[in-house]
Amino acid sequence: MTARERYSVIGKARRRVDGRAKVLGQTRFADDLTLPRMVHAKLLRSPHPHAEIVRVDTSRAAAWPGVLLVLTGADFPIGYGILPVTPDEYPLARERVRYVGDPVAAVVARDERTAEAALAAIEVEYRPLRTIADAADALAHPEPRLHAYSEQGNIHRLQALEFGDVEEALAGADRVFEDLYFYQGSTHLPIEQHAALAALEPDGRLALWSSTQVPHYLHRMMARVLGRPAARVRIVACPNGGGFGGKTDLCNHEFVVARAAERLGRPVKICLTREEVFYMHRGRHPVTMRLRTGVTQDGRITGMHLQTLLDGGAYASYGVASVFYTGALQAMTYEIPRYKWEGCRTFTNKPPCGPKRGHGTPQPRFAQEVQLDRIAEALEKDPAELRLGIVAKPGSLSTNWFRIGSIGLAECIDEVVTRSGWRGKHRRLPQGRGVGIACGSYMSGVSHPIYRNAMPLSGVQILLDRSGQVTVFSGATEVGQGSDDVLAALVAEVLGIGTDDVRCVTGDTALTPVDLGSYSSRVTLMMGNAAIAAAERVRGQLAEAAAAKLETTTEAIVFAEGRVFRTDDPARALAFHEAVIAAEERFGTLGAVGSYTPPPHTALYKGGGIGPSPAYSYTACVVEVAVDEATGWVSVEKVWIAHDIGRTLNRTLAEGQVIGSVYMALGEALMEEQAFRRLPPKLSDALVHRAPSMLDYKSPTALDMPEVDVVLVEDPDPNGPFGAKEVGQGPLLPVMPALANAVYDAIGVRIDEVPVTPGKILRALERKARGEPARVGPEHFPDVPYPEPLFVPPPWEGGDGREIRREVKLR
Amino acid sequence: MMRLPDFELRRPRTLAEAATILAGEGPAARPLAGGTDLLPNMKRRQQTPRVLVALGEIPGLRTFTNGAALAIGAGTTLAALAADTRMAQYGALAQAAARVASPQLRNQATLGGNLCLDTRCSYYDQSEPWRRAIGCCLKKDGDTCWVATASRRCVAVSSSDCAPALVALGARVRLVSREGTREVALEDFYRDDGMDHLVKRPDEILSAVDVPDAQGWRSTYWKLRRRGAIDFPVLGVAAAVKRDTAGTIEAARVALGAAGSRPFLVPQASEALIGRTLDDATIAATARRVAARAKPVDNTDFETRWRKDVATQLVSYALRELRGEDLGAIRRRF
Amino acid sequence: MNDSTRPASPREPCEFSVNGEPVAIACAAHVTLLEALREELGLTGTKHGCELGECGACTVLLDGASVLSCLVLAQTCAGRQVETVEGLADGPGLHPLQAAFADLGGSQCGYCTPGMLMSAKQLLAAEPAPDRARIREAIGGNLCRCTGYQQIVDAIAHAAAVMRGEPA
Repeated sequence: MTARERYSVIGKARRRVDGRAKVLGQTRFADDLTLPRMVHAKLLRSPHPHAEIVRVDTSRAAAWPGVLLVLTGADFPIGYGILPVTPDEYPLARERVRYVGDPVAAVVARDERTAEAALAAIEVEYRPLRTIADAADALAHPEPRLHAYSEQGNIHRLQALEFGDVEEALAGADRVFEDLYFYQGSTHLPIEQHAALAALEPDGRLALWSSTQVPHYLHRMMARVLGRPAARVRIVACPNGGGFGGKTDLCNHEFVVARAAERLGRPVKICLTREEVFYMHRGRHPVTMRLRTGVTQDGRITGMHLQTLLDGGAYASYGVASVFYTGALQAMTYEIPRYKWEGCRTFTNKPPCGPKRGHGTPQPRFAQEVQLDRIAEALEKDPAELRLGIVAKPGSLSTNWFRIGSIGLAECIDEVVTRSGWRGKHRRLPQGRGVGIACGSYMSGVSHPIYRNAMPLSGVQILLDRSGQVTVFSGATEVGQGSDDVLAALVAEVLGIGTDDVRCVTGDTALTPVDLGSYSSRVTLMMGNAAIAAAERVRGQLAEAAAAKLETTTEAIVFAEGRVFRTDDPARALAFHEAVIAAEERFGTLGAVGSYTPPPHTALYKGGGIGPSPAYSYTACVVEVAVDEATGWVSVEKVWIAHDIGRTLNRTLAEGQVIGSVYMALGEALMEEQAFRRLPPKLSDALVHRAPSMLDYKSPTALDMPEVDVVLVEDPDPNGPFGAKEVGQGPLLPVMPALANAVYDAIGVRIDEVPVTPGKILRALERKARGEPARVGPEHFPDVPYPEPLFVPPPWEGGDGREIRREVKLR
Repeated sequence: MMRLPDFELRRPRTLAEAATILAGEGPAARPLAGGTDLLPNMKRRQQTPRVLVALGEIPGLRTFTNGAALAIGAGTTLAALAADTRMAQYGALAQAAARVASPQLRNQATLGGNLCLDTRCSYYDQSEPWRRAIGCCLKKDGDTCWVATASRRCVAVSSSDCAPALVALGARVRLVSREGTREVALEDFYRDDGMDHLVKRPDEILSAVDVPDAQGWRSTYWKLRRRGAIDFPVLGVAAAVKRDTAGTIEAARVALGAAGSRPFLVPQASEALIGRTLDDATIAATARRVAARAKPVDNTDFETRWRKDVATQLVSYALRELRGEDLGAIRRRF
Repeated sequence: MNDSTRPASPREPCEFSVNGEPVAIACAAHVTLLEALREELGLTGTKHGCELGECGACTVLLDGASVLSCLVLAQTCAGRQVETVEGLADGPGLHPLQAAFADLGGSQCGYCTPGMLMSAKQLLAAEPAPDRARIREAIGGNLCRCTGYQQIVDAIAHAAAVMRGEPA
């Protein structure tokens, strides 16, 4: 990697490379694609939350005029799961349905209306089973068990890790704070509904164009489910009309249209309705939390103990990772000498939860940052100062052995404190107005693929020809975040050309090297490093050829502004394409590949593979609110946010990611809920989504969104491309707790739940008026059979990052 | 995509022609104005009329006259209504129209359509598969009201913004059928029955709304909803007062929307206001009496108890605005 | 009544103008303007996110007014003028709104962009110098999950200035 002080492409505010196509309406999303002889698929979904399938009769539907094919679970003997350890899904249910909306059968017909009409002719006989409605229900009712493989009853997964003796640390604290929190589930709600088009290509290979964030994982699993060699399957990730994690799982409909296209020899398309997108879900887990933290009188943490209980929904999805993420990233932000976390994910009869922006971390982050606000008040300290005193150190290891690289958190706190006028506002604004502060940290990509292997996590190929054209191939997926622009910008920066000179070919398993996908904020760092490696290789060839032409050494060659010239005599220069010609004459056809493998990580204990990242981003946020005490209505007046991005690659895009994160966060903080209605059990087994529509699921409008003041703090990380870290997820994390803290500053009540609704505020105010605790939140934490934790000494207590028997005393 | 079921589309050029079609086709035919309520309902298969009678090409339905009173063609779009300078005297209606849904929907939706809006319920405004997953409900294909399982009556909620505004303004509607035209006071146009909430017969077309002269009156509309756009009201308060030069109230009409299966006038408000001025005590007393009439049930957005709790506040905002307070900052928040 | 028990409605000819050019299609009564644009005319620039009038992605201009094409019957468009995102640019260059969206971050995933642009076009046709609050009102019916709207508001304000001939 080249460290340079001045850059010609990166860091500037710039039109993204795919910007023109988007504003012209020319970007081709999956549902915009049509092929000759294309037919359409619709899915029949379960009306029961939990039932055995007794019988499926498709004969009437198959005979329906215009229907070409009907598929059922019998057509898919092989199951799948995004994580290799939990392959618990089938494209169409076999034997059992587990939520209202679980796909049972599919009809393919000449048009969508015909397919839909014929669904009604499929007869399915069900034998209903007891409904498991939520996490508490799952703990109380081990039977009927949703999945036989679960850890016990309806507990999918239990996890417990302890880094140093936490009870001892709490006993040694001046004060111990114990609080309960609840974080409601929410969904991604990309404006684009998932769509997929499958076809047999002229050579007989199967191709699938889909709104997916993970073409590589889909490629592997499609081959397995269809029983085809992977080389005979092609997955094209279309530009996604928003993802936010909602398209990072494998979708039933993707396998269905692929199988149908195979059977019919015709292109088959499906586009989910909005309601079906709510059933696909894989969104934020509802999590109940207990957090105990010991502090010294001067505001330092002695130890922290976190318990989480997740409502996972009907299938595993990324659930094993999700439960880990509720604990794993808690120790990255502040100095926490000892840390213990216990997690539990339950199975319930609802659409599966999975990764939504921040995956598993916003919930415990909310708990910790609200609790820090309580701690600051109790210790009579300013909450910003308290945090500044405990910010984690650069180049250190976290309590749970993750390597922290650069950390610009203190600067982030300083920025938002200064810009918001924090010191003049906190505890000083008139009644009804308040400010709150919170921080957060997130990974720049997880250091492991979801299936264990020793291969690179991202590959980039670059091709130059004598016209001067530069084409870059990457498996990365453009979900709106700007990954194509990152790719073009990094290559252009290395080669001294403009982004317009770079053509990106991305997200096509038939054409592009493997990239694991757009999830865990991994693309900028991982694809970026691979792109730089590839570009630097061809630059080496160009430099050698140019040096010969210009009669100097390769070290004296500079690439800038579309020219290749001598640093000692800039007038002696080649146009970029002339340098390419010189190099092609010298070396033959020009091309190179680059790949990225993260540095080895130090968390060697069992489970230490979830959470390590090459670099962590940091964010601080101040939210100012006005709260109407008569109605409980919260108005967010302004948000100040500073994000340590390492290095900004495109200022316009980076700021857009930050503001967009604030937006999604405020939606969760104030109004969004993936909530369900359980009908009276005496009358009905029904458990249905309360609001599976854009009208009833409340995504804030332009009128509900405050202006956001963004600062990008640049503390380059040695592992990032030109020092860059992630910006797509981290900025979401501090917003919800900052808002809850601001509400407290405004009116003196604690809402220990997300969303913070006006109804909860009025209830808390009533309690306050009655002299009860001025709080709304969970009253008790359910009994969860957490196992004995794996005991790992933190780095400063010795050991090598592996678990030991607790009684063994190191040092 | 959500798609429409089959139907036959008729596009009459005159009101008489439309009335003849409706008379001939019976209840299987429905008038289609802006389509912003009916078409989503049809896509969800809540209603599947065999014939739609599009009213958009009937010129007379968009006329808008103001003599001593205001006569508004039922086909007037909400956008046109909100933007019309003649509406200045009818603050409640202008504000209500401007707060319906979104700019695009106001460009499409008509006043008549908003007044005939189907009652809404979170157990009913769902797709056909969703409704089947709960065994359907009283309002459509089922026999249980899931909002109140003991209820024999459908409690779906009237969600029109313009209806309470026009009730407060004392409007009347004209209903045209092949048999002629009848006029009905708007407050009598609605029944307290979520399944059958209009007195309009299937063969009748709501053609115009007559609003009495508002000389000396001042009116306003406050809408409670989650977001600054798109959402239906979870409570609507329309208030109109006529005061003498000393500020003493000579006449007052306060109506609530989204508080039951029909918009309704609250007579207790008039009793509490007439003969008094809009002082704090009067406002507080009136607001309490009006709010007592709001009996929200759990079939729309927000916690039911909260909707009940804040009704008093919303009414008092409306009355405070009528006495001339600048509540712009609070309004912007809601 | 079940769809299957009812005869399919016949396709009828329907002529209207799209982006200034006459088009003639034949469609059944149930076909919406959205479906006609995307599926009959191949104009897939107009998007859809709910088809129930709740998201704004399918916004087009009908006789100059922004409407949700998912709730307009194609047959009722006969003789009328439809404008879509494909008609915004005149020639190879971008319309000032398009250029501003592309340059200022008004478009991230790009899916809400066509509808957003059409709402903005109607606004600026009626009000050449809207303030930020007015811009937010005008796009209140267009949901965007990526941007938080701020850069969209920036872009519309900037385009308005350009269209008024003011130095940017």
